[in-house]
Amino acid sequence: MKKTRFNELHKKLGGKMIEFCGWEMPVEYSGIIPEHMAVRTRAGLFDVSHMGEVLITGKQALAYVQWLTPNDAARLAPGQVQYTALMTPESTFVDDMLVYCIGPEEYFLVVNAANVDKDFAWIAGHTKGFDVEVENQSDGYSQLALQGPLAEKMLQPLTGIDLAGMKSFHWAKGKVVGKDCLVSRTGYTGEDGFEIYTTDPDPGIIWTTLIENGTPLGLLPIGLGARDTLRLESKLMLYGNDISDKTTVLEADLKWIVKLQKGDFLGRPVVEKQLAEGLKRKLAGFELAEPGVARPHYPVYVKGQKVSEVASGTFSPLLKKAIGLVYLPIEATAVGTEFEIEIRTKRIKARVIPTPFYKRADKK
Amino acid sequence: MYPNDFRYTKEHEWIKVAGDEALVGITDFAQHQLGDIIYVELPPVGKELALRQSLSVVESVKSVSDVYAPISGQVVAVNDELAQTADLVNKDPHGKGWIVRLKVKDKKEVDGLMTAGDYEKFLEGLEH
Repeated sequence: MKKTRFNELHKKLGGKMIEFCGWEMPVEYSGIIPEHMAVRTRAGLFDVSHMGEVLITGKQALAYVQWLTPNDAARLAPGQVQYTALMTPESTFVDDMLVYCIGPEEYFLVVNAANVDKDFAWIAGHTKGFDVEVENQSDGYSQLALQGPLAEKMLQPLTGIDLAGMKSFHWAKGKVVGKDCLVSRTGYTGEDGFEIYTTDPDPGIIWTTLIENGTPLGLLPIGLGARDTLRLESKLMLYGNDISDKTTVLEADLKWIVKLQKGDFLGRPVVEKQLAEGLKRKLAGFELAEPGVARPHYPVYVKGQKVSEVASGTFSPLLKKAIGLVYLPIEATAVGTEFEIEIRTKRIKARVIPTPFYKRADKK
Repeated sequence: MYPNDFRYTKEHEWIKVAGDEALVGITDFAQHQLGDIIYVELPPVGKELALRQSLSVVESVKSVSDVYAPISGQVVAVNDELAQTADLVNKDPHGKGWIVRLKVKDKKEVDGLMTAGDYEKFLEGLEH
């Protein structure tokens, strides 16, 4: 099993370690609910060093990113970040990812741990005709996420970067606890917060200093368990659950990352076809109308017919009810539509509700 | 930690016999493994349970786990408080977090279960 550079620190803090995508990672420390609420009300610190990093450089770096993705990377100035996808010609997902514009000939891609090798093979395999170099830098990077309303207050004393001046989906390079880092105002929780990247071979002091300084303000270390409940409340996609190479970008309700005016890109003809013909199914948010928890792969029935399986489902610690995402026939996706989910042997009533399930009040 | 007047199973249930009835719950070890418990599915009162039959399902945020009957017998009561406060199982697993009360059918089934000392030894073995 691979270990991040913070592995021993997690064990010291009592992290319950599990195997995740070939990595030994903490699933929880103090408990999913207290960790979840810490991020919603104060702040939480995550080790997300298992994520992958790929650098695209060269004269046609922008043109190449534009070809691989549906969002418009030409709108990015150096210092900006964008959520987008690596798309197949069928407009399904190789992965979803963040694209950092470092410079006009340099783009930094952050991809899911589960997909690093596949993504890199995809990116390296489609360069024909483009004057670009691609490099898988994943092994050299460590990544922390500091998320929550107090994130800026906790991080600012430890860095020379002006965080108050950093808008959402922007980044800057600078020292954090004396280590060279790239810091972006991004995250996977629906809260304000930062993601901190470093290639320093010994970055442990960033973690320990943040924990020491933040603990009196209510900071908790956060495991993968709460990472999942936090992202689902905010309807942030999880590859393998909500999106995959079997679901299209429009079916995933991610039309906002498709910018047709930008020109050609992989999958565009299928996007246009689906726009013209309309969708047959779409990802919808639901709540359970009865007690229980609907978990991934539980069978889903509309009017007595099995239509799909739960994509993501959990108990929402903030809303204190069972929520989830599911692909439903388009006619069943209107808010208020009732359907059924089979939980063990019983069919439980569920209904479509608006998403995201949670949106923070002060969203910048 | 583990009361001496209880008996225990390898699946981390406990049972406390009083007369011809017995309370059943899950152990402190089990609640800790599950994490924050948010829902406990209870059987109907009157249900006849065979030995090792699933009597309840405990859902935590991250997982779902069956609770099996440590002995055979009829359900005479369920802990209704769990419907509103499932986390009693976390907070007081050996007390207020009990799950069902059973009518004991065969006392020999109880005698075959682990004592507190046996269970603690069994847990030590799991950690190595």
